Amino acid sequence: MSGQTLYDKLWNQHLVKQRDDGTALIYIDRQLLHEVTSPQAFEGLRLAGRKPWRLDANLATPDHNVPTTLKERAAGNSGIEDPVSLIQVQTLDDNCLEYGIEEFKINDPRQGIVHVVGPEQGATLPGMTVVCGDSHTATHGAFAALAHGIGTSEVEHVLATQCLLAQKMKNMQVRVEGELGLGVTAKDVVLAIIGEIGTAGGTGYAIEFAGSAIASLSMEGRMTVCNMAIEAGARVGLIGVDDTTIEYLAERPFAPTAEQWDAAVADWRALVSDSDAAFDKVVTLKAEEIEPQVSWGTSPEMVTGISGQVPDPLAAVDETVKRSHTRALEYMGLQANQKITDIKLDKVFIGSCTNSRIEDLREAAKVAKGNKVADSIKLAMVVPGSGLVKRQAEAEGLDRIFIEAGFEWREPGCSMCLAMNADKLGAGEHCASTSNRNFEGRQGYGGRTHLVSPAMAAAAAIAGHFVDVRTLPANDATHAQEA
Amino acid sequence: MNKFERLEGLVAPLDRANVDTDLIIPKQFLKSIKRTGFGVNLFDELRYLDEGQPGQDCSKRPLNDGFVLNQPRYQGAQVLLARRNFGCGSSREHAPWALDDFGFRVVIAPSFADIFYNNAFKNGILLITLAEEQVDQLFQEVESSEGYRLDVDLENQRVTTPGGDVFTFEVDAFRKHCLLEGLDDIGITLQDEDAIRDFEAKHRQARPWLFRQSA
Repeated sequence: MSGQTLYDKLWNQHLVKQRDDGTALIYIDRQLLHEVTSPQAFEGLRLAGRKPWRLDANLATPDHNVPTTLKERAAGNSGIEDPVSLIQVQTLDDNCLEYGIEEFKINDPRQGIVHVVGPEQGATLPGMTVVCGDSHTATHGAFAALAHGIGTSEVEHVLATQCLLAQKMKNMQVRVEGELGLGVTAKDVVLAIIGEIGTAGGTGYAIEFAGSAIASLSMEGRMTVCNMAIEAGARVGLIGVDDTTIEYLAERPFAPTAEQWDAAVADWRALVSDSDAAFDKVVTLKAEEIEPQVSWGTSPEMVTGISGQVPDPLAAVDETVKRSHTRALEYMGLQANQKITDIKLDKVFIGSCTNSRIEDLREAAKVAKGNKVADSIKLAMVVPGSGLVKRQAEAEGLDRIFIEAGFEWREPGCSMCLAMNADKLGAGEHCASTSNRNFEGRQGYGGRTHLVSPAMAAAAAIAGHFVDVRTLPANDATHAQEA
Repeated sequence: MNKFERLEGLVAPLDRANVDTDLIIPKQFLKSIKRTGFGVNLFDELRYLDEGQPGQDCSKRPLNDGFVLNQPRYQGAQVLLARRNFGCGSSREHAPWALDDFGFRVVIAPSFADIFYNNAFKNGILLITLAEEQVDQLFQEVESSEGYRLDVDLENQRVTTPGGDVFTFEVDAFRKHCLLEGLDDIGITLQDEDAIRDFEAKHRQARPWLFRQSA
């Protein structure tokens, strides 16, 4: 009999009941709540006269709607200029107060993007099941937690029952073997994976990321990779526990302490796939072949290396692909065979649950240091993922580097990743963005998103168009110093 | 939840792959704290020529006449015919809420994204996965024949075309049961309350750190 995958282990540890009809009840250890997908769930509870099953399993923070300018943030909720956003943020506060759920409110230094806050607090632990009404909940799988996004009806279901109705997924392993080149980051790895397997390649699967290049990543990098599993169609992205995982968690506020810590660590060490575990599908990429990535279209699979060019839709064999590519180029205002380095930019966004952690800001700051944002760039903004990331970055002087280079340094939130607040693109504007989705209108009506790593976004801000971050002299010098 | 048994409904074709939930309902409409009223903003960026705002009177907005749902022949459609990977991206349940509010009860496509699939069934919308060739055939038929309707029979898991072709489809037993009966699955889960409590007690004993609050 073959061994178990990490996903199999996590599933079995949380299986409350397997039903004859193929569905199962899975126990949920942690639910993260935010203002956009929770109000209707609380309303549903109220209408049915139900109470949350276990309060301490829940942790809430507003993130999607919050403004990121100090002017609006200084006054807390009352400073939110958009009245509709204000109602939503206030409703989260009211619901958390009414039911007694812990919330990091808008100006709490621990507030931030749910997927940055959970891990940062140690509220995401290996061996947990983690859900949130947000598809990027896959992020938490970097800790060997079974984590995925759910809809609002399911948020209500978890609040009321501490369980989720689920069906077991299939197992996929994506191996990235070898050593990543200089200037090639976790973001480039995951974009290359999506380019390889497509936006529906992982549908129905839990993807475990493995191989020496994945093992070499920091927790921040691993979160970036798992975060975008959903962009490959997989609700779940996972990485097994190792020393990097355990070192990250030590002394986090929600992490176990003293006597429980050792027991927990011993338990966590087993959260890896067995060496003889069978996967339904295995995909392997060579790290050395991955170069810095840039998306050119309106789906994350429409991506290529910085040395590449925009494809010619007429060269596509599949009729549906031909039509999709034609439509994407029309929307993006790009020409077939145009060089990626010839794409000019209007705005630059460094932030989002994909790339707003301290390591992301350090990488962007390395490139920005001593340089100036190009005159042709209308706005270049850096939005830290949480108040604590912001504080850490300021302690390291990163804010000064960004501000001196001409970037705006903002308050934490989801910001221009989905543009629910005032941070958005205008029609036709091209943006180098460290976020996760380049869908039509995602960053603003008619906006044109190019997904890149933080270093590539910073380099694009300075050049005014895409450049290969590997060719920048400053970047080489920084790496040489470290080596 | 709405029951779904059988429907004989007008079909509208949306010939586009990878339709994401941002396209189904753009983010500015997610600021609502209600479950209803999203229908007027379904496919907002495709349906109208201007940028939509929450709370706006959509009857005065300029329509994109080229968009399929604005064409007179598709008014009142209850079955949406779509392409592969329909509903990808964001987990927003506002997407099925908008489809439902607009009047769609069935979506037929070669494949659906996982989270959207769950969300749709929880709102009484039946998603039917058919083979690419079958979907191609339906696109050809609906585009060439005005007033094209399909007979969708959940009990027997069959889609019947006006020409008499019958396509069978798969749907798991639990989702089918809930849809046929219009059941609220929280109520069903709470029938297992004792099993959940037993599991929770054992789980807490085995891994107490999972139940810890911040210091």
